[in-house]
Amino acid sequence: MRDSLIFTLALSLFLFSGPSQAELTIEVVSGIDQQTRIAVVPFEWKGSGLSPTEFDQIISNDLQLSGLFEVIAPRNMLSFPSPDTDVNFRDWRILDADYLLVGSAEVVAGRLVSEVQLYDVLSGRQVMARRITAGPQDGRDISHRISDLAYEEITGISGIAESRILYVTDFLNANGERRYRLMLADQDGAREQLVIESAEPIMSPAWSPNGEDIAYVSFETGRAAIFMQSLSTGVREQLTSFVGINGAPAFSPDGTKVALVLSKDGNPEIYVLNLATGDFSRITDHFSIDTEPNWTPDGQGLVFTSDRGGRPQIYEIDLQTGRIARLTFRGDYNARPRLSADGRFLVMVHRNEGVYHIAVQDLTDDTLIIVTQTQLDESPTISPNGALVMYATKLNGNSILAAVSLDAGVKYNLPATSSSEVREPAWSPN
Amino acid sequence: MKAKLNLLLAGTFAVMLAACSSTSTMDTADSSTEDASARDTAPVVVGTGNDTSVDSMAMPADQKIIGGSSVSNGGTMVAIADATLYFGFDLSTLSPQTRAALTRVAAALRTTTGDIRVEGHADERGTREYNIALAERRAKTAADFLVLQGVSSSRIETISYGEERPAANGTGERVWSQNRRVEIK
Repeated sequence: MRDSLIFTLALSLFLFSGPSQAELTIEVVSGIDQQTRIAVVPFEWKGSGLSPTEFDQIISNDLQLSGLFEVIAPRNMLSFPSPDTDVNFRDWRILDADYLLVGSAEVVAGRLVSEVQLYDVLSGRQVMARRITAGPQDGRDISHRISDLAYEEITGISGIAESRILYVTDFLNANGERRYRLMLADQDGAREQLVIESAEPIMSPAWSPNGEDIAYVSFETGRAAIFMQSLSTGVREQLTSFVGINGAPAFSPDGTKVALVLSKDGNPEIYVLNLATGDFSRITDHFSIDTEPNWTPDGQGLVFTSDRGGRPQIYEIDLQTGRIARLTFRGDYNARPRLSADGRFLVMVHRNEGVYHIAVQDLTDDTLIIVTQTQLDESPTISPNGALVMYATKLNGNSILAAVSLDAGVKYNLPATSSSEVREPAWSPN
Repeated sequence: MKAKLNLLLAGTFAVMLAACSSTSTMDTADSSTEDASARDTAPVVVGTGNDTSVDSMAMPADQKIIGGSSVSNGGTMVAIADATLYFGFDLSTLSPQTRAALTRVAAALRTTTGDIRVEGHADERGTREYNIALAERRAKTAADFLVLQGVSSSRIETISYGEERPAANGTGERVWSQNRRVEIK
């Protein structure tokens, strides 16, 4: 008989100092048919040396990611106007440009200052002029802001270039031990930062509507537990540590409550935790699996996965009356629901002939569209403007993140450049 | 089956907090002042073990547990019989081979004292939290069988890892069948 010591948590002292090199890179798979053509002229840099930020490239990338824009390459441009020079609109009509964005940047009193102007090429009118300032290292923030301003001006929809994503990765370290990380990055995968690292699984990241606090499941204690953490300070608290499952946290729309799953009374049930009082209210009471709660936009109900009908399907419960209604009827596996901010679209994992896809159900007429063609698609999360769904899928055997518009017209992948498995994206609320 | 003694130490865990305070503001000239500049994130690294540098770090005072009980002070469990049981796709029912294996585990446990962990796992298909629930159902089915065979339920802890700790990496039925399992430790 041999004694062996098993440490449920391996020692880890690992610190990330500041932003690291981006692990995710973007590849656009398809955009809509009638894309708006925009020219983003390389910004005039008025400072000494080289520009600290390639403003036009970041903006071009943001606009292309939306799937709504075709960006005209600088090598095809006939002139390079700046905010200080006149625009010759013939140069841009020849290129079939619908819009023209020109900009400049300089450092003034220690601040990065960018002037930007947007022109409607056909009418020859200036439709937007802005001056944006930020810290000297914040050129990427300025670029994302300009992208969102231009996107909103042209489409009437708020942009998502300034939004961020949480996601989980795992990898084998030099000793062959699996490590789990919760990461935070810009929506385009840039400026990746470590949120937490552990030798034990990390799951189910969720954002508070304040965009500052998050919750997630960590097995670091040797068991499942839900933690809540401030992104800016790193201060965190353990919300649950019950026997059995502690899973699937979801903040209410007003941020005062967290819906979650506990199996302490025998099988998985949905509870709501009041963050101010620490009180738990049991929401479901059924011998089947009830899990993956997500709030209705008005905070009055929850959608969730249950196999109470024999197979996993999506149900909705009214928190006032306790009334439960089944929402999905197509297919024998529908799970992990997410509702769009207007409550109209139900996004979920849908199994079709044994293959797991992301599907969107229009709750006004219950039509269902399968929006992905890959396999093992899971963990859908909706962009703050409601236009895109990010999810995890497999590419060449590796788990990667990808995004698709709710109408399936726009698609892009964020393949990891390292050997990490990347999964469970959670899109920030703004 | 070879009986084996495993000593499981749920070690202390420590939390490192690193507060970042770098903030900067960004203004858009023709609108009210906006603050949307680079937001820094303070990473948290969790670890445990016998390293004194970790033991010396106390749990920060601002970390508190709201519901349930803390396990951060550790505990000791002694397991007597190791076994791995396999399950069909989307199933938590016990096959005849699985019942036979569990019967042997129960017999070994009746001759000894000490606690065991019954860990449920799932393959990668399906959603992650649903797989946590499915794998817990597997673990509880195995635990219930042991109790029927005369093992005290107070000696058994069930825990579900869902698809988060695969025994085999990759995709396809060969891999999946190895990952739909319950491990008794």
